[in-house]
Amino acid sequence: MSTTDTPIGAHPDMLGGMPDGDKTDHFVAPYDEGVSFDELPDAPPKARFRLTTTGKIGAFFVIFWFFIAVFGPMLAPYGENDLPFPDAYSEFQVPQAGAWLGTDVQDRDILSRIMYGAGRTIGISVIATLIAYFIGVVLGIGAAVSSPRVDMVMSRINDAFLSLPTIMLGLVVVAAVGSSIPVLIITAGCIYASVVFRLARALGQEIMVMDFVEAAKARGEGRWWIITREIWPNAAMPLITDFGLRLIYIILFVSSLSFLGLGVQPPQADWGSMVRDNLGALQYGASVIPVLAPALAIATLTVGINLVVDDISAQSGGKLSKRL
Amino acid sequence: MTSLILKRLGIGLITVLAVSVIIFFGTKILPGDAAQIRMGQQATAENVAALREKLGLDKSYVMQYLTWLGNFVRGDLGISLSSDVPIVNLISDRYQNTLYVSVLTAVIGVPISLMLGIMAAMFPGSLYDRVLTFISVTLVAAPEFFTATLMVLLFVFALGIGTAVVVGSTEGKGVFELISHFALPITTLSFVIASQLIRMSRAAVLNVMSSPYIEMAILKGVPRRRIIFRHALLNAIGPIVNVVALNLAYLVTGVIVVEIYFGYSGLATLIVQGVQTRDFVLVQCLGMIFCLTYVVLMLIADIAAYASNPRLRHPK
Repeated sequence: MSTTDTPIGAHPDMLGGMPDGDKTDHFVAPYDEGVSFDELPDAPPKARFRLTTTGKIGAFFVIFWFFIAVFGPMLAPYGENDLPFPDAYSEFQVPQAGAWLGTDVQDRDILSRIMYGAGRTIGISVIATLIAYFIGVVLGIGAAVSSPRVDMVMSRINDAFLSLPTIMLGLVVVAAVGSSIPVLIITAGCIYASVVFRLARALGQEIMVMDFVEAAKARGEGRWWIITREIWPNAAMPLITDFGLRLIYIILFVSSLSFLGLGVQPPQADWGSMVRDNLGALQYGASVIPVLAPALAIATLTVGINLVVDDISAQSGGKLSKRL
Repeated sequence: MTSLILKRLGIGLITVLAVSVIIFFGTKILPGDAAQIRMGQQATAENVAALREKLGLDKSYVMQYLTWLGNFVRGDLGISLSSDVPIVNLISDRYQNTLYVSVLTAVIGVPISLMLGIMAAMFPGSLYDRVLTFISVTLVAAPEFFTATLMVLLFVFALGIGTAVVVGSTEGKGVFELISHFALPITTLSFVIASQLIRMSRAAVLNVMSSPYIEMAILKGVPRRRIIFRHALLNAIGPIVNVVALNLAYLVTGVIVVEIYFGYSGLATLIVQGVQTRDFVLVQCLGMIFCLTYVVLMLIADIAAYASNPRLRHPK
């Protein structure tokens, strides 16, 4: 294992790319009879991914929550601000027929709010991740193919953004322009674009010095041809795997802002703000479910994505996880 | 080595300046006027103009930035827009809670996580290692308030210890009283950093364990325990310090969430209030304080990485 595998200087947002460090098979002769070609560290990616058990559990949660995100409002037993027991004083009811997860601080049905919130939390995060990717990849690959001076200026500016805790940047923007869903999406997209920029630039630079790019340049191909035909096909796969990780961080970022009361604003339901609104249930010792249910929803979603991403990066030739 | 560290310090200083530019101009995106906000709706135009002049808001943005930065460096943090109180007073009333929780987490959580991580590296592939790896992979992607909820569930609801909200004064309390006062926030944050620390310290030790000189020690028959403590650990100290500093830097987000979750007042609740009341003078100051802490910890992480690498320490 070379020294470049240490986690030194890893950015907080690079967690999935952490070297797993258990490649201690240093003493095993590489062509031992027990080791097939596919298991070698540098073997090409397998044509088909086969998820492990943990990967399947992760995939189940991811598919489940995306399904709820799309169809949740249609399937929910109540509207997001409807009261299941309109005639009674019914704050923090325990689960029962008519309100399967009980009621929240304002007597609303928790199950319905989680189903409505799914679309909002996941929708905001997915759009923000797409924006982060668009900005990050265009600028990152742009920096990789431009002159060293342009590249240096862009990278230095980017480093300044990377050296800030993301939540602080979010707080500063919300303090300046107030909070709404478009602001959340654009803020998260721009903040996380800097991480994508760094990855796309590194990948682009790595590919720019390859022989086939030199050959293309020697043939007299233009810059656009090199970007679309040489760099993009080679950078796409690592970027797609990283997409899952970025999505996790954006979900956590958006939920944390909502939890702080600075994200999605009431009365709209969203998982992070549901946790915050119902904290009273824990503090008065009334019930755990109003806080646990939305927190568990976020955790199962993000952990699910992480399990799938771990599986994919472990199976795509082993090199990928190091590079990310 | 010295020149490398000096260079890194120089980059750190430039980063701090860049950070101050981002924070200052970030809060100026909208033409919000501090004078108008402080005087309220009924203020006459002359009064607002007079205050603008007094606060220096009639000058150019660049001049305003330089004045603000100069005052910040001298410790003059300005006056809060929403409460008309000097920000220094607001901060000095509340910084203790934030400091206690972060320092106690660092003192308690870090050594335990490191021990767990190193033990996992001692027995790679064992049941203990796999269980620990699975737990840390699971918790690392979960939000801080989920971990906090699990802690409340376990300690308050299942075991009946304490309450889900931190109340009471910390005045005159000793270290152990403070630990029990902040037991839940400290445990939560310890779990949050443990999930990263275990993975990273395990990787750092295993990385050293796969180097040729350790192979040599194994081949000549040195007992495994001695290899870990005498041969591997000394070389892993640099990477581990790096990992610890990085994780303490990530604590910034965790501290904010935990303060709100357990409902005690500190710097994080202050900055969230500042954002809610659009008090951007307060947000600028606290933003700078949090970001400076973060940048300094990152700096320590980088310098530890340099210092631990003999090739950088003794350049040819």
